[in-house]
Amino acid sequence: MELAEGILDGSVKSLARLISWLEDDDERAYEEMRRLYPHTGNAYVVGITGSPGAGKSTLTDKLTQVLRKKGYTVGIIAVDPSSPFTGGAVLGDRVRMSNLCLDPGVYIRSMATRGHLGGVARATNDAVRALDAFGKDIIIIETVGVGQDEIDVIKIVDTTILVLVPGMGDVIQSMKAGVMEIADIFVINKADHPGADQLETEINVRLEQDKQAKDRKWVPPVIKTVAVEGKGVNDLAAALERHRAYLEESGELEIKRKKRIKEEILSLVESTLLKLLQEKFMSGDSFEDIIDEIMSGENDPYSTARELLKRIGLDVTIQQ
Amino acid sequence: MSNGKDRKIKVIVAKPGLDGHDRGAKLLARVFAEAGMEVIYTGLRQTPEMIVQTAIQEDADVVGISSLSGVHNYFFPKVVQLLRENGLADVLVVGGGIIPAEDIPKLKEAGVAEIFGPGTPTQKIVDFIKQNVRKK
Amino acid sequence: MFDKKKLNDIKQKKEQWEGGTLKKVLDRFPERKEKFTTISGIEVDRLYSPLNIEDFDYNEKLGFPGQYPFTRGVQPTMYRGRLWTMRQYAGFGTAEETNKRFKYLLEQGQTGLSVAFHLPTQAGYDSDHPLSMGEVGKVGVAVDSIEDMKVLFDGIPLDKVTTSMTINAPATVLLAMYLAIAEEQGVPFDKVGGTVQNDVLKEIICRGQYIFPPQPTMRLTVDLIEYCYEHVPRWNTISISGYHIREAGATAAQEMAFTIADGIAYVQACIDRGLAVDSFAPRLSFFFNAFTNVLEEVAKFRAGRRYWARVMKERFGAKNPKSMMMRYHVQTGGVTLTAQQPLNNIVRVALQAYATALGGAQSLHTNSYDEALCLPTEQAVTVALRTQQIVAEESGATETIDPLAGSFYVEALTDKIEAQIDEYIKKIDELGGTLKAIELGYIQKEIQESAYRFQKEIESGERIYVGINKYVMEEPPLTNILKVDPKIGEMQVERLKKLRAERDQKKWKEALEKLREVSKSDENVMPAVIEAVKARATVGEICDVWRDVYGEYRPKEFV
Repeated sequence: MELAEGILDGSVKSLARLISWLEDDDERAYEEMRRLYPHTGNAYVVGITGSPGAGKSTLTDKLTQVLRKKGYTVGIIAVDPSSPFTGGAVLGDRVRMSNLCLDPGVYIRSMATRGHLGGVARATNDAVRALDAFGKDIIIIETVGVGQDEIDVIKIVDTTILVLVPGMGDVIQSMKAGVMEIADIFVINKADHPGADQLETEINVRLEQDKQAKDRKWVPPVIKTVAVEGKGVNDLAAALERHRAYLEESGELEIKRKKRIKEEILSLVESTLLKLLQEKFMSGDSFEDIIDEIMSGENDPYSTARELLKRIGLDVTIQQ
Repeated sequence: MSNGKDRKIKVIVAKPGLDGHDRGAKLLARVFAEAGMEVIYTGLRQTPEMIVQTAIQEDADVVGISSLSGVHNYFFPKVVQLLRENGLADVLVVGGGIIPAEDIPKLKEAGVAEIFGPGTPTQKIVDFIKQNVRKK
Repeated sequence: MFDKKKLNDIKQKKEQWEGGTLKKVLDRFPERKEKFTTISGIEVDRLYSPLNIEDFDYNEKLGFPGQYPFTRGVQPTMYRGRLWTMRQYAGFGTAEETNKRFKYLLEQGQTGLSVAFHLPTQAGYDSDHPLSMGEVGKVGVAVDSIEDMKVLFDGIPLDKVTTSMTINAPATVLLAMYLAIAEEQGVPFDKVGGTVQNDVLKEIICRGQYIFPPQPTMRLTVDLIEYCYEHVPRWNTISISGYHIREAGATAAQEMAFTIADGIAYVQACIDRGLAVDSFAPRLSFFFNAFTNVLEEVAKFRAGRRYWARVMKERFGAKNPKSMMMRYHVQTGGVTLTAQQPLNNIVRVALQAYATALGGAQSLHTNSYDEALCLPTEQAVTVALRTQQIVAEESGATETIDPLAGSFYVEALTDKIEAQIDEYIKKIDELGGTLKAIELGYIQKEIQESAYRFQKEIESGERIYVGINKYVMEEPPLTNILKVDPKIGEMQVERLKKLRAERDQKKWKEALEKLREVSKSDENVMPAVIEAVKARATVGEICDVWRDVYGEYRPKEFV
């Protein structure tokens, strides 16, 4: 049986294998994805992000338990970085999700970034889509990152939950511009630790400034949780539902998803083009020769780039 | 054979039952990662059902189980059996821990590919996995 | 201790020796290695002399046995007065079998009991719980209820022996059972002596037998300490354990440092409860490992005693000298045993026991040579016990107190380890205390780093392990090994069924409801736990009440 069929038929094994193919950049995957595409668009995608040690896995675990009680099926993709030196990774997020392991309504996948920047793996977006076609109602992407370079997750999710903890330094002050804006919901986890109230105040002050400056319609709520003990998680689930309703009613969800499709097409074109060039013209000795030509002053990078594009049938001027 | 340009071996490192001795399991998780594999570490207190569900969801190539509390005769064959029932007979199952020599033939007969006792050089385990891992 | 002139003289002579006698030999015969290190990785000099301990102040650093800072020992006469307690950890199968082993060990001259419970009891599950599958009676004795406990101590008068119980998260439950049995035997609580491990922090750090989140589990710990202070004065309320930290890969200094860090957290928790430091601190005890590197172990024990005394006096303001004494049990290193050429383990254990004696422990368990393969057989246990008897009676280690004091090397190493301990404690304080350091994974990561370094040293051949990476030989597998009857699981489940059917349902239900109520309040849980075990509530049922009230815990794993 083809994987796409298996997935539409509810086979976890097929789903798991397709995600492997996606991760491995196996060409067979994209034909399956094409066949799954008509069956996507139903899932709601949530990103849970925050610094290491913020309690994201535990929060994901508890939130999923609440969502399950509400009747949703859930897919979880837990992303962790690969080692830049060995290419390997130790993925330990499942440890905190042991309770979900045997629930047939939950699928958990650990995913290493494999050198991809931005806090998600290259395969994450397609894996979300596969889970969507598989029929999961809600898909959670759990990923490390509060820095500006690590927030690619927001491009593929509908709601972004930013998890902060008290006592990890002056988080808000040190946040780069823009990071505050990525959050649709703030969570202060470990809210029983000293400094939680202060952190809440800091966030609210920043949100108030933002609101005045940018006229935001959705003001991100700040939810306090003690995830280990399950406290505050119902509130978080409720906030999630509120944000979803807001996006749907205001039409923002459609705008978001249209934008996402546009970006995806562009990104596919870009990556395909680059790969094509790399594979056909930029590998091995011939490319070394081209570089040597430039080094020796016989040629220049601008003309060379134009020449390469011409070879795949694109007669265009160079732009940056 | 996978056409994947970025193929990685995926290994589940699991601690079955209530045994809390995870020095060896954690050490191996690190060694496997350093050998370029992707290791899914389950943590303690796993039942055979949980280990096999994890293997299915993660599309694991290898399941490594470590036990020092004497439950291997129950656990290891059970994991193999559940993998087979779920159509994952090609997943490589390897075991380690405190396992008396006389138990090893029975475990292998049950489908455990290899048992690595205390004192095994970690490179030997890495090599074994690389040589025997399935294609997908 | 040394005057400046003498030191200068020694320094000169040493330089002469290095440039002359030594150099001549080194030129022709280089040493075996460029760098010599202890098993913990501390670099060891070629030769130690007064120059290594130039500022050594005898009174400040050593003092006298039974006096602050207790470097030389916690009792004034040490083993000249009384030998350490020989306490072999035992337990497997059913309560009947373990009871038989206990009686055998007492007949062989053992002076205290030490109970190994099977993992379900340690994790707070009954034998019929799904997670208990395959585990019943395996690494310890199966105890589900007071009925099992009664069989376990049948014919053993609880006022004549002291009993150590390796039980942590459910320590209150097992102590309650023990006390209830003492009551039935007519032994008053103030005649009951022994120890519960009751150290949940190291379970989270490295041993894995945790049940509840850190805060509520610490509350149970303190409840037990408080209750015993009032009602069971001879009970050692906690055994703050470095043993498992070392087993998990820590160095000698890390073992001592992280154990002391846990100790600090417990003392602080008791003080926060409102207990006066000198009320409970005299009943705190410790539990350490002993590896084969004799001198490093001795230095570790001496450094630990001195550091703990300072912590209690300076940080917590203890006034009672007993509060400052680090009294401890030792078990020889389980991870040092090899499955290869198992008889070699007898020698390792002997050296480790010797180190323990030279280090001044209060009690000792010597491992059996077959423990890297299976549960110890009776023959192996006997050899292990005889090993410590030989150390005690024949080696001469017991004739004078702290015999290695004044050795340039041992004093320098003691100072070095003490400095490493101090560095760790300062770092942990900086991170916000022990609980925070555990939550951040700092302690776990340090231990794993050491374990990894050690493994690499073995695999590269940089460190020799006999039978593992040198002097390896083919050998037939050991055949005489102890196996637990697999039927024990079914037997224990049957027993539970019977218990549940026959107990007074009303009394049982009320006792558990009372326990639930008390557990939610600030009241000490111990009396309610005692009532519950008397009402035949099982370990699993009592822990389920707490799982419900306090939640279950899964610590973050740091790999």
